[in-house]
Amino acid sequence: MPVAFYISALIAIVATLLTVTRYNAIHALLYLVVSLLAVAVVFYTLGAPFAAALEVIIYAGAIMVLFVFVVMMLNLTDMADRERRWLNSGMWVGPGILSLVLFGEIIYMLLSGPVAAQPVHYVGPAAVGVALYTRYVLAVEIASMLLLAGLIGAYHFGRRHSGSRAGKT
Amino acid sequence: MLQYAWLVPALPLTGFLVLALTASRLPKMVAGTIGTASVGLSMLAVLAIWVQVGFSPLPTGGYTLVLWQWMNVGGFTPTISLYVDHLALIMMSVVTFVSFLIHLYSHEYMEDDASYSRFFAYMNLFVGSMLILVMAANLLFFYVGWEGVGLCSYLLIGFWYDSADFDRAARKAFIVTRIGDTAMAIGFFLLFNALGTLNIQELMHRAAASWTVGQGMAVAGAALILGGAVGKSAQFPLQVWLPDAMAGPTPVSALIHAATMVTAGVYIIARTHVLFALAPAIQLLVAIIGALTLLIAGFSALGQDDIKRILAYSTISQIGYMFLALGVGAWAAAIFHLMTHAFFKALLFLAAGVVIHAMDGEHDIFKMGGLRKTLKVAFWPFLIGSAALTALPLITAGYYSKDLILWEAWSSPQGAWWLWVMGIVGALLTGLYIFRAVFVAFFGKPQRVVAHYPKGRVVIPLLVLSFLSIVGGFVEIPPNLGDIDAFTTFMASVLPSAQGAAEPTPGLILAWMQIAAGLVALGSIAIAAFLFARRAPLFNMLARSRGGRALKQFWAVGCGFDWVYLRALKRPYRRLSWLDRNDIVDSFYTGVAALTRGFYYMLSATQTGRIRWYAAGIAAGMVTFLALAVWK
Amino acid sequence: MVAIVPSYGIWLAGILFAIGMAGLLVRRNIVFMLMCIEIMLNAAGLVFIVGGARWGQADGQVLFLLILALAAAEVAIGLALILLFHRRYQTLDADAASRMRG
Repeated sequence: MPVAFYISALIAIVATLLTVTRYNAIHALLYLVVSLLAVAVVFYTLGAPFAAALEVIIYAGAIMVLFVFVVMMLNLTDMADRERRWLNSGMWVGPGILSLVLFGEIIYMLLSGPVAAQPVHYVGPAAVGVALYTRYVLAVEIASMLLLAGLIGAYHFGRRHSGSRAGKT
Repeated sequence: MLQYAWLVPALPLTGFLVLALTASRLPKMVAGTIGTASVGLSMLAVLAIWVQVGFSPLPTGGYTLVLWQWMNVGGFTPTISLYVDHLALIMMSVVTFVSFLIHLYSHEYMEDDASYSRFFAYMNLFVGSMLILVMAANLLFFYVGWEGVGLCSYLLIGFWYDSADFDRAARKAFIVTRIGDTAMAIGFFLLFNALGTLNIQELMHRAAASWTVGQGMAVAGAALILGGAVGKSAQFPLQVWLPDAMAGPTPVSALIHAATMVTAGVYIIARTHVLFALAPAIQLLVAIIGALTLLIAGFSALGQDDIKRILAYSTISQIGYMFLALGVGAWAAAIFHLMTHAFFKALLFLAAGVVIHAMDGEHDIFKMGGLRKTLKVAFWPFLIGSAALTALPLITAGYYSKDLILWEAWSSPQGAWWLWVMGIVGALLTGLYIFRAVFVAFFGKPQRVVAHYPKGRVVIPLLVLSFLSIVGGFVEIPPNLGDIDAFTTFMASVLPSAQGAAEPTPGLILAWMQIAAGLVALGSIAIAAFLFARRAPLFNMLARSRGGRALKQFWAVGCGFDWVYLRALKRPYRRLSWLDRNDIVDSFYTGVAALTRGFYYMLSATQTGRIRWYAAGIAAGMVTFLALAVWK
Repeated sequence: MVAIVPSYGIWLAGILFAIGMAGLLVRRNIVFMLMCIEIMLNAAGLVFIVGGARWGQADGQVLFLLILALAAAEVAIGLALILLFHRRYQTLDADAASRMRG
């Protein structure tokens, strides 16, 4: 079982790396989907099957699909050329350093804490549901309102008006 | 009536306001009438004060009219207040009366000028300021009037401002008198600091009470006030502005640079005579300055061809006489000469104005001639004025005043025989230069046709002033000729007679003095007639020789003062200004501004407007904070 | 489950987050930038799950669910904005929108 964890972790890392370095948006999105699926497996190995299911259904299944829809709707023809122009290896130096420093800090914080190995506890969907609708019911309501706001906002932004569109951003 | 004394300066100032605010929108005649009438009404107010004083004499301390409190700053509480005593009354009368006549003259004389109402506005402002000057009760208010007349002098000299030369003359006048003004202001500061008041009468009392003769502060104060007087009255070494001031219209020269403004210096010294009496060294300096100036100006007048410049140097010279009188302690004599001089000098200038107008703008006396026959209306006034100036014995006002000064120069305890000698030589020069002008311009063959004859408004002032130039001296006649001392008695409450001076008793010395003065006057006329009415060959030879021409040139440029000042002062100062043209001191402040701007440019470069840049900023900040938090 | 060191999950989350941040700063295309934000959000969610597994409480997964809801709403709005951006500037270059410069 730990093997599954390590393998999916490796897949997730590689897929994410490939995501950020692709020229084609659709390719990148597909690699991102792979990464998300790998992370879902990681969730499962960590004893959170409900989270794994949600990850697959919502994150990879809805959000990424939405991404793919929009990218295809944009109908970009010369994207690969542009990306090639914009992306040269010199650009990676600064952000790479920043990210490495950040990663180093996280590791430092991790290592300075207690390093004893803890066992993984399994938390089933029933427990999650109970916690969700008793202790976190207010958060559920707020999250639904957030989603409503997102829905209305997205609808409003995406609407085409018959009149002038140029002035409105 | 005295409580309405404020009307006297207020009326001309109101005239100025009306004319300034309507700014040439009034028809010419209305503007001129307003200007003249305001001064005329002021003159009537002075007359009313005289009438009242005739019935109920002024209190011994003079009459003080406090108008309002000017300011109240840390215990310094000057007021706007007027002070009327006999000296002020005489000055007010002279100023308003002569001003009124000159305004009447200008009403016709300046008719053809485009800026007619501006002229009367400035003239009214001047008269108002001059009246403030003579009526002020404290030195601060006096200084207001002093500065006001300086300003109006500048405005009126440069009245025709299109000409760069006239502008330069106006600036020269203002800047040179400024030097004196600064000295006087410092003097006022010192006096206030030492004695705690600026009220003139109070100041004089405290000075007399707390200072001994020759005390340093008295000397300093007197010297600085003398500095101011020297500037305003165009005495040595600051006399260079007055000849160039003739660039202004002739009525301006008559009023400001003959009768009133230039006498302000004489007035302030007379007012603060207590201070000068406490500083005998400075008083002697006053006399020496007067004597030197009257000689320098007398010689310079001999070298002039421009009729107005002759009269200008003559003014400088005559004020030198007044300073001489002040310096020997003959305060009342100086004011007496001030009064008679106002009459005959204004008369001379007004007559010269008629001549210039008639000669179509020509100022050079050698281009005129024979005006005796062709312009009688100007000849007789000019002749009477010249006679008064020369102090023709017995029949002219100038004789009595100048003779009194010469007598005091000899007999006063502060006088000296060499001062008297300089005065006599000056009298000789006076006769020479003025009758040179008379004989060259009015006698001989006519060279131009008369272009313009004056009418009533010009002729009346000429008549009145001619009359006064003859009878104006009869208020003070020496003992052996009639013994009237109305003037000095009138002034005795304010201006004491020279300490221990020998009263002009009918004595041999007095008689010899008078004979000498009379001979000098008559002799100078005779010599002038000989030299200029009929050109003697010897004189012609001398005049055309190298030395003669050089001498005349030297006199013509005012004995070289401008040359010295140009090299000693103007050029070095211009050099310094050029070196500082980028304003080194200011560069500190502009440097601060430039530094701030540099920082601004640096900071605004961080606002690129690009999302990735901002995201990078956030990331870097977050990383930094984490690092700080982790390593603590 | 066999004992796995949950802290290795945090390692993974750290690596994913760093990659996401680097990608965000490097890529010029807005779509890619949004993708990298999703990567980072996902990594944050992973940390919560690890926490829940460590302590055996449901709170970790609940919070992960909330993060998911947040990400969904944010993606919806973000993609709508990208559409508007594309309509306005005819390009997906993030540097094109720099009117706030200076």
